[in-house]
Amino acid sequence: MSTPLLTAPLLTARDLTLHFGRVAALDGVDLEIHPGEVVAIVGESGSGKTTLLRVLSGLMRPDGGEVSYLGQDVLGMGEAARRRLMRTEWGFVHQNPRDGLRMAVSAGGNIGERLMATGARHYGNIREQASHWLTRVEIDPARMDEVPARFSGGMQQRLQIARTLVTLPKLVFMDEPTGGLDVSVQARLLDLIRALVADLGLAVLIVTHDIAAARLLAHRMLVMRHGVVVESGLTDRVLDDPQHPYTQLLVSSVLAA
Amino acid sequence: MSHDPGYNFAYLDESTKRMIRRAILKAVAIPGHQVPFGSREMPLPYGWGTGGIQVTAAILGPTDVLKVIDQGSDDTTNAVSIRAFFRRVAGVATTERTAEASIIQTRHRIPERALREDQILVYQVPIPEPLGRLEPRIAETRRMHAMADYGLMHVKLYEDIARHGHIATSYSYPVMVNGRYLMSPSPIPAFDNPKMDQMPALQLFGAGREKRIYAVPPYTSVKSLDFDDHPFRPIRAPQTCELCGSRDTYLDEVLTDDVGGRIFVCSDTDFCTERQAVREAAE
Amino acid sequence: MYVATKGGERAIGAAHAWLAEVRRGNPDLPELTAAQVEAQLGLAVDRVMAEGSCHDRGLAALAVKQARGDLIEAAFLLRAYRTTLPRFGASTPLDTNAMALQRRISATYKDLPGGQVLGPTFDYTHRLLDFCLAAAGGSPGGAPEAEASTAPSPRVTEMLAREGLMQREAPVEAEPGDLTREPLSFPADRPLRLQALARGDEGFLLSLGYSTQRGYGGNHPFVGEIRMGEVAVGFTPPELGFEIDLGDITVTECQMVNQFKGSRTEPPQFTRGYGLVFGHGERKAMSMALVDRALRAEELGEAATAPAQQQEFVLSHCDNVEATGFVEHLKLPHYVDFQSELENVRTMRASVEAGR
Repeated sequence: MSTPLLTAPLLTARDLTLHFGRVAALDGVDLEIHPGEVVAIVGESGSGKTTLLRVLSGLMRPDGGEVSYLGQDVLGMGEAARRRLMRTEWGFVHQNPRDGLRMAVSAGGNIGERLMATGARHYGNIREQASHWLTRVEIDPARMDEVPARFSGGMQQRLQIARTLVTLPKLVFMDEPTGGLDVSVQARLLDLIRALVADLGLAVLIVTHDIAAARLLAHRMLVMRHGVVVESGLTDRVLDDPQHPYTQLLVSSVLAA
Repeated sequence: MSHDPGYNFAYLDESTKRMIRRAILKAVAIPGHQVPFGSREMPLPYGWGTGGIQVTAAILGPTDVLKVIDQGSDDTTNAVSIRAFFRRVAGVATTERTAEASIIQTRHRIPERALREDQILVYQVPIPEPLGRLEPRIAETRRMHAMADYGLMHVKLYEDIARHGHIATSYSYPVMVNGRYLMSPSPIPAFDNPKMDQMPALQLFGAGREKRIYAVPPYTSVKSLDFDDHPFRPIRAPQTCELCGSRDTYLDEVLTDDVGGRIFVCSDTDFCTERQAVREAAE
Repeated sequence: MYVATKGGERAIGAAHAWLAEVRRGNPDLPELTAAQVEAQLGLAVDRVMAEGSCHDRGLAALAVKQARGDLIEAAFLLRAYRTTLPRFGASTPLDTNAMALQRRISATYKDLPGGQVLGPTFDYTHRLLDFCLAAAGGSPGGAPEAEASTAPSPRVTEMLAREGLMQREAPVEAEPGDLTREPLSFPADRPLRLQALARGDEGFLLSLGYSTQRGYGGNHPFVGEIRMGEVAVGFTPPELGFEIDLGDITVTECQMVNQFKGSRTEPPQFTRGYGLVFGHGERKAMSMALVDRALRAEELGEAATAPAQQQEFVLSHCDNVEATGFVEHLKLPHYVDFQSELENVRTMRASVEAGR
C-alpha cells in the first residue's frame, strides 16, 4: 500500500471541540484527508469517533473549531449546499444498512436514487447503471427488482455501498461498515471495499473499533480516547511501533485475541 | 338575488377573506408553493371542499357567476350542496355552463372545454403534499421543497415502472410547476394533467383541513413527471361516449346490469350535453 | 336507456326533511328541550364545548339536540358557528389557583393542605344500572352540605417546586400562538401543543395516554392534582385599560407529576404534564396531561420513539372535526379516480397476461 501523492487536502478540521454536559466528546481534534487517501479513526466505543464523523460530515454541530472541504466552510454552509454535497461529492455508509437504505424500495431504486436526485431521467440508463453497480458489489443483477429486506446482512451492506458510490463521490464517510456482520462476511466485505477504493481512487474516512480492518484498509490512522486524538500516523507505523500507552494497549489486546 | 342577511356576504367576515386573499397572492407569486393559511371551520365537513369553499368565498364578488362540479358533474350531491351554500350566503348567480361561469369550483376534474383568461378554476384539495405518501413528516417535506430535493419522487415512479412496466399512478399524478415546485394537481385523473399546462385561466388550490393554498398563474408551465424513455401517458377508457359519441373526453363507466353490461359516458356533463345538442342540430 | 344516478336538489331536500323527522322521533313523546339537555346531560354539553372550542352551554346543548346526541357532530356544529363570531381579543390567563373548588384530589399525598374534596364523581359508584332512573319522576334527596372551606388549597406541584423537586415552567412573555388563526407548523411549541390537545378528541387522547402507561413512551405518571370548579374570566378592553370580570366558567385541570432522570443541563427532578379543559372533563384532562408530558420527550432529551411522543402524529390527528370530515369524505363520489384505477389495473393485468 502506498501513500498517495501530496496534494491539497480534501477535508480539513481544526481544533474541534464538543461537550455533552461535563463529558468531552471532542477535545481539540485536528484532521486532514487528501484525495484518494483512506484514513481510519479507531478507538473503543465512547471514544468520540462516531461523533467526530458526524461533525465532519456536517450532521452535528461542534461547540468550537472549523471544518473545510475544498476551501468551503462546512459548518457555515447552508443546509441546501450541505445536502447537495451529500448527494454528489460525498457519501455516507452507515453501520446499520437500514439507516442508509430505503428498505421498501427495490435494489435498483436504491441505487438509482442518487442518480435521479442529480437529474438522471432515462429509465433505461438508470437500470443499466444499477445493474453495473450490483455486479461490482457482487450482487446478482437479476435481483435488481427485489427489496433489500430480502437480502442478507452482508448483501444489504454491499447494496448500501453501491448506492453511495454510484455518483462517484470524492469522499466517503464510513461508520463501522462491518460492524453488525459475521466474521467471515466481514472479511469479504473488507476485501470488496479495498478493491473499490483503490479502483475509484476514493478518499475514505472510516470509523472502526476493529484494528485488523484498519490495517487492511487505511493508509493512515488516528487513535481516539475520551475525545482526544492520542496518536496518529501511517497505519503500519502506528500498529508496529505504538507510542502512546493506550495505543499499545489496543494493539496488544488485538494480538492477544 | 340577495344573500341570507344572517351572514356576511359569502359567509366569511371581511378580515378573514383578506387573510385568504393575501395567501392567494403569495401563492400566485410562487407558483406551486404551498402557502399556509388560517383555515376556518366551515359549515361543511373537512374533506368535503372546505379549502375550495374558502378560496371561492374570498374571491367571489356579487357579479360573479359560479359553477360547481364534482367528478365533472354539476348534479352530484356535493356540487349541489356547495352551489346551494353560495346561493344562500352570497346570493350569486350560478350556472351549469362552463362557458358562462367566471369562477368554477371543482373536485376531481378539469372541464373539457378550454378555459379562458377571464375565468378562475378553484380546486378542492384533500392532501396538498405530493411527497406525503413517501415522507409523512411535514417538517421534512417542507425542507425537501425548499431544497428542491425531489429524487425520492422519481424513485417512486421508477419503482412503478420496475414493478408494472409503466407508471401506475392514474390520478393525483405529480407535476412540476414552473420548473421549480413539485405539486399535487389534486385527485384529478392524470388524463386532465396536460390541461393545466399553459392554461389561460388562473388555477387556485384550497386545502382546508391541511390549511394550505397554492396556485398556478395563467400561462405557466406544468409538466407531469416522467422519464425520457417512459413519457407521461394520460389514461382514459378507450371507449366512445354513449350519449355524444366523444372519443377524446374522459369517460365514466356505468354498469347497466349485474352480468357485465356497461356503457361509457362523458364525465363532464355540461360538455356532453353541448355535444349532443350540436349533433342533434346537425341531424 | 340507463341514466347515471343524479343526486339532485330534490333528493337532498327530502333527505334533510327525513333527518328532521327522525330527530324528533315519536311525536307522542314530549320533545326534549335544549334546556333539559343542558341541565341533565351536562357532561355531554361539557365535552361538546371542549371539543367545539367554544364556551357556551346553551349553544352546546342546542348542538347536542340538533346532532341527535352525536357529540362529534355537535362539536362540529359549534365550531362552524364559532367561525362567524367576531373576535374582540384574548382574556387574561385563567387563575386556577383561585378556583372555587367543587372537586380537588391528589394521589401523591394522603392528605394535604386544603384536603381532598371528592365532589360529584362517578369514581366510587358501583356501575349497576339504576332502574329508579328509568321510572319517571322522583328527585334525589339533596346532598348534605358542609361549611364552605376557607382554607387555601395550594398546588401539590408548587409544594414540590419549592423544594426544588419539580421543574418550574419558564414563564413566557411572548404572545402565545393561536392555532385557530394560524395553521400549526412543526415543531410546535408547548402553548400551541396544549391548545391543540385542549380541543382534541377525548377518545383519541385517552388511547394515546393509555399507550404511554403500557410502555409506548412511558413516563411514570402520578396524579399530582386534579381540580374542578369555577374560575373567573378576566378581560382588559384596550379602550378601558383595566381588567373587567366577564363571569365564571367551570374548568377541570390536571397536573401529572412525572419522574425525570436529568439531562445535560437539568438535575434529576419531577416534571409536569398539564391538562385543562372546559367543564367537568376529568378523563380528558388526565389524558391531555399524559400526552402533554409525552410530547416533551425531545425537549427533555428522552428518546421519542412512541406514537404519543411524536408531535406531528399526535397534533395532526387529534382534532375530531378534521378527522371525521376526512374519514367521512370517502362517502363522496370518487368514480372519476376509480375509473382511472380501473383502466390502470386492466392495463397491468393485460401486460401480465401477455407476459405469460
